[in-house]
Amino acid sequence: MTPIIDLRNIYKIYQMGDSEVHAADDVSLKIYKGEFVAIVGQSGSGKSTLMNIIGCLDVPTSGKYYLNGEDVSELDDDKQAAIRNKTLGFIFQQYNLIAKLNVLENVELSLLYAGISKAKRNEMAKSALERVGLSDKLKNFPNQLSGGQQQRVSIARALAGNPSIILADEPTGALDSKTSREVLDFLKKLNEEGNTIVLITHDQSIAREAKRIVRIMDGKITYDGDAECAFETR
Amino acid sequence: MGFYQAFKLALKSLAANKMRAFLTMLGIIIGVAAVIILVSLMQGLTGEVTSMFSDLGTEVLTVSVQSRGATRTLDDDDFYEFYEENSSLFSYMSPNVTVSGTVKYNNTEYSSSVKGVSEQYMAMEDYTLTDGRFISYADIEGYQKICVIGSYLNRDVYGGSGVGNTIKIAGNKLTIVGVLDEIDDSTEGSGDDIILLPYSTACKIGNTQISSYSFYVSDTNNISYAENVIDNYLYGIFNSEDYYNITNMQSLIDQMEEMIGMMTMVLVGIAGISLLVGGIGIMNIMLVSVTERTREIGIRKSLGARRRDIMSQFVIEAGTTSAVGGAIGIFLGIVIAITLGNVIGINATPTFLAVGVSAGVSIFIGVLFGYLPASKASKLNPIDALRHE
Repeated sequence: MTPIIDLRNIYKIYQMGDSEVHAADDVSLKIYKGEFVAIVGQSGSGKSTLMNIIGCLDVPTSGKYYLNGEDVSELDDDKQAAIRNKTLGFIFQQYNLIAKLNVLENVELSLLYAGISKAKRNEMAKSALERVGLSDKLKNFPNQLSGGQQQRVSIARALAGNPSIILADEPTGALDSKTSREVLDFLKKLNEEGNTIVLITHDQSIAREAKRIVRIMDGKITYDGDAECAFETR
Repeated sequence: MGFYQAFKLALKSLAANKMRAFLTMLGIIIGVAAVIILVSLMQGLTGEVTSMFSDLGTEVLTVSVQSRGATRTLDDDDFYEFYEENSSLFSYMSPNVTVSGTVKYNNTEYSSSVKGVSEQYMAMEDYTLTDGRFISYADIEGYQKICVIGSYLNRDVYGGSGVGNTIKIAGNKLTIVGVLDEIDDSTEGSGDDIILLPYSTACKIGNTQISSYSFYVSDTNNISYAENVIDNYLYGIFNSEDYYNITNMQSLIDQMEEMIGMMTMVLVGIAGISLLVGGIGIMNIMLVSVTERTREIGIRKSLGARRRDIMSQFVIEAGTTSAVGGAIGIFLGIVIAITLGNVIGINATPTFLAVGVSAGVSIFIGVLFGYLPASKASKLNPIDALRHE
């Protein structure tokens, strides 16, 4: 089986004055369909860099990245945008909803850029919002919703286009423990339904919810394996 | 993202910042309104001037001869001979004599204009008669003391039955043989306050010379050619341009129109500067808007917006801003132009062309000055844009 995500010897090197910073240092990683992977690391460990590369928001300095078997390591802006649009669903810490668009319009946004017709867009966005239990808030604006609800809207937005991978970057970072729980349970449920989920976090207790843990330190993978074993060793 | 979507979004963000939107549009509003007002007023003025001169007859070439000091002179017979020779070019000809003597009836003096003309003058001026007959060739040959009066005198002096009555001009009693239909508004000093008599009689009683000759050119396309023919004829006689003068009404109108046209260009150019300033205002506010919405741009890009999607969103927004400003400016311009036109007394209704061009220019300016900020927005790196606070 070909992995959905296949990173081969990825380097990402930033020039900081005279010194070089290796934000990704020979990273190789394979993620298969249906996995629930948590990428953990302290801030500055390079996990955000990794997430940007996986999310096609950035390209590696060297190395190869195959997404669904396609080499995406050297794409230009617009091709990256097309890949993000079709294969990736993002969930951000700050929800990143557009304030002047209502819930339905926010969820429709990626479908809009995919060039899907209005009627179809509407239908897909509504069904995604139904999955996160917000069918009654279609016409509300983000500032009329609670943090947990906003995050559910952003999950619906990530789901709407049926992406191959859902990339969640600290999805519970701005939420209280109860709503965090809800969001995590929901991600788990999505995973059980067959969605591939990559979760990026600095929080061990949240990473524990995943089936597989990838720990990053100084741009290198220091652990890759079962969630259970990851914490037993500590 | 479709055009309609972007347009709706742009209107929304305009509505969200009404004051800012209005101030941004102000330059465009003033510029467009100024252009429309100026063009309309100038066109109204041109129309007014043209119709004023056209009333004097654009088909008529007026020839005056000052033969004093010249070795030979020309009289009416010479001009009639010339006219006969060129009958294909001219349909009518009339000598003009201005009589400056007093006009009296029953010891009351009138200030009517008195003119000596030929029998063709009626056809030349397109006059019609209410009563009686016009001057005939025989009247001219026989120096008959008869005249034709305008509707003002007929009504106010003779109570509508002027024919058969007499009038005293420069001490000579003339019999009224005809009354002209109203051509103006039948008031004193208007075109209806007029007395026409045979030019021969006019010369005699006014003790004066023929002041000019009017040639009616049968085909208006031939006016310049006809002018040349007359010029050649007169130059051949006098060997100098100093003794005669040919007035072509059309060339006067052309000159006038050219002058007004040039003035319009200058004024519109100045008003156009306001449009330019307005465009820069739009560019400025769009740059601010791009900075304010960096995060939104980042979100859109992370969701798969391509450069051209972001680009078109901002260009359409700038275009919409200036188009709305242009629409307000057009409305204001039309209202002010018509109002001012009414005050001055000319028809200054803006033409479809002026409105259309203004609308086009205002949208063009928005798109032109929106391009730079939009291009800046489209090139933002999504990672940095998402992190932007």
